[in-house]
Amino acid sequence: MVSTLVIALRACVVTLVLTGVLYPLAVTGVAQVLFPHEAQGSLVVDERGREVGSALIAQGFTRGAYFQPRPSAAGNGYDATASSGSNLGPTSQKLRDRAVADAERLRKENPDAPGPVPAELVTASGSGLDPHLSPEAARWQVPRVAHARGVDPARVLAVVEANVEGRTLGVLGEPRVNALLLNLALDRQFGRAVEPVHPTGAAAAPVGASSAAGLEQP
Amino acid sequence: MTLIGWLQILLFFALVLALTKPLGGYLFRVFEGEHQPLPRVLGPVERVLLRLCGADARQEQTWTQYTVAMLAFSLLSMLGTYAIQRLQHVLPLNPQGLPAVGPELAFNTAASFTANTNWQSYAGESTMSYLSQMMGLAWHNFVSAAVGAGVALALARGFTRRPGPAGQKTLGNFWVDLIRATLYVLLPICFVYALFLVSQGVLQNFAPYRELLTMEGVKQTLAMGPVASQEAIKMLGTNGGGFFNANSAHPFENPTPLTNLAEMLSIFALPAALTYTYGKMAGDTRQGWALFAAMSILFFAGVAAAYAAESQANPALVASGAAQDGNLEGKELRFGVCGSALFATVTTDASCGAVNAMHDSFTALGGLVPLVNMQLGEVIFGGVGAGLYGILIMVVLAVFIAGLMVGRTPEYLGKKIEAKEMKLAMLYVLIFPLVILGLSAVAAVIPQGLSSLNNAGPHGLSEILYAFTSGTANNGSAFAGLNANTPFWNISLGLAMLAGRFLMMVPALAIAGSMVGKKVVAAGPGTFPTNGTLFTGLLVSVVLIVGALTFFPALSLGPIVEHFLGAAGKAF
Repeated sequence: MVSTLVIALRACVVTLVLTGVLYPLAVTGVAQVLFPHEAQGSLVVDERGREVGSALIAQGFTRGAYFQPRPSAAGNGYDATASSGSNLGPTSQKLRDRAVADAERLRKENPDAPGPVPAELVTASGSGLDPHLSPEAARWQVPRVAHARGVDPARVLAVVEANVEGRTLGVLGEPRVNALLLNLALDRQFGRAVEPVHPTGAAAAPVGASSAAGLEQP
Repeated sequence: MTLIGWLQILLFFALVLALTKPLGGYLFRVFEGEHQPLPRVLGPVERVLLRLCGADARQEQTWTQYTVAMLAFSLLSMLGTYAIQRLQHVLPLNPQGLPAVGPELAFNTAASFTANTNWQSYAGESTMSYLSQMMGLAWHNFVSAAVGAGVALALARGFTRRPGPAGQKTLGNFWVDLIRATLYVLLPICFVYALFLVSQGVLQNFAPYRELLTMEGVKQTLAMGPVASQEAIKMLGTNGGGFFNANSAHPFENPTPLTNLAEMLSIFALPAALTYTYGKMAGDTRQGWALFAAMSILFFAGVAAAYAAESQANPALVASGAAQDGNLEGKELRFGVCGSALFATVTTDASCGAVNAMHDSFTALGGLVPLVNMQLGEVIFGGVGAGLYGILIMVVLAVFIAGLMVGRTPEYLGKKIEAKEMKLAMLYVLIFPLVILGLSAVAAVIPQGLSSLNNAGPHGLSEILYAFTSGTANNGSAFAGLNANTPFWNISLGLAMLAGRFLMMVPALAIAGSMVGKKVVAAGPGTFPTNGTLFTGLLVSVVLIVGALTFFPALSLGPIVEHFLGAAGKAF
């Protein structure tokens, strides 16, 4: 019995060193050589070379000239240190009220948008950090973005289409547009949207500005 | 549901099927072969590791010796993880300066990871230092999977070994199984797999959390860490404990549809392969394929139900007038409805418990599927090892029922199943609902249980039932709205997880010990064949009847009544 405990203790130490220390260190070492960009968080830079986020992580957008991502239940919204979904169930009154309020706000901010509000714009993602929109939900926002930027909607739409990623191998996942990368592409093409952040406090969902944004020409 | 969605499901299953034979054959070579793979390279390493442990590799163990070794190792490793969490504030690799984990939470987490459950009452990015993640948690991801594989192998040896004239008493050596599973199987696969994950965007660093200004000039802090190395074993070992709170929904854990496929595949890979290994051990691979077929039938039933349910509109969103194409609350767009429903089915068929979408926000019937999958006893491929020994207990029941029907003493692989084995099998089958329903009933009436709920009405009962089901089944997924980080929930769930692991492993090992010495009688005309479609059908029925009869009343009060109330427009 005692000898079994001694072996168990030694086996704990052996496996701990092997799998808890050597293995992660080895993976880190090789990963930092082979894929340093990804291992560090896939950071992206804006047209001035400033690091503005991770290509994989959603960030809140409040200006009308930017495409808005899905609502976020991570912390107070898009908090990348507090990933979370809403965890509200299908008979939740809270979820019902939240969706009604979001849909109403979106319709007000997007008076020229075609058709009803796409569901993903009133549903929080699982992580609260989902950076993607479906191509339909991006197209739905095109009239507002084009108006705020004072450019022809067809030109904004062309940027959207150029940023659509298809399904992997034709069957995996869903077609999608990365809102952060899309907004960076818009700034590169049409100039930076500099309208100040809308004074909304710490709302979970970003609030879009309805007036035209001032644009800083590159 | 769409055609492309079903193609994705079929592609996934085809890959599982294609992996089963080669990987199962490899496992057979590792654990039962005369010569292990790569003898020049890994052979010396294996001998050194066993010498460092002080274990005598040639010494086979009886079922009691095997059990004591398994329990001693599990207990000490649990204490180790408890200590690491309690001391993380003074240990290195804590760039965020996170404080020590509280005693109830540290107990819950240590029990959870030891039991291969990985229920998480905490959010990783705000609770665990890098050292706690890799040494306290990822370590258990490896060894708890190896322990599960060991117990399954011991039970398989009990059924398949041919005793000599003096009888056979031993079931292998726990230390050898532990080291071989880690060294030949888990470590090499995880190393390559982790690098693939990094190539797709999963983090792997020890940097402090990254602060930057967003495009609109707002401060954003990105959580960092050695994620990929942990992610790989989290899936392959069917552990499921996320580095981050959002688990595999987090883009830094599961960034692309390709990683999503790989993560699902790595959940099923080893449990599926072990059915083939078992067939090889039995000297008749059709014995293994019969188990694989039964599991596959139950898998397809689950995924069809979950996919159909999640393709419906979420009743809570109807009033908003939004254009719904399936239920998207709690789901990531890169995976969509199909990728999320498939993942939810896979992760609860196997006792993995990683999630890429929030099950709490599934439709009532969509959330019913993961719950039922777990309540069937985690035998639909199941956990690494746990799935095989779980289904073998169901096989004992199925053979017994078949024996009753034809009026013969039941036998399996030529060995008689007698009263002792049946008693142990019933013990195994009864402990499970006793813990789940007993604790759920308590939590549903006391304030310490009810105050943690995030949803009211029948969905609240589902949150309670899901938590104890997930804990006892050693799954670890959650209806995550439940605030489980309270003394009541941490302690009750911690005990449920330990009971669901060890109170079920011991009867399984006792059956192994009782079976291993039995004489093998040649199959006669009255023998019920256990390698054909008739047996597969019987096995599926037994799994469904045992699970459904036990849990149907409780499920009626939770997800089923919620479905009808939601359809009638009720909200709580």
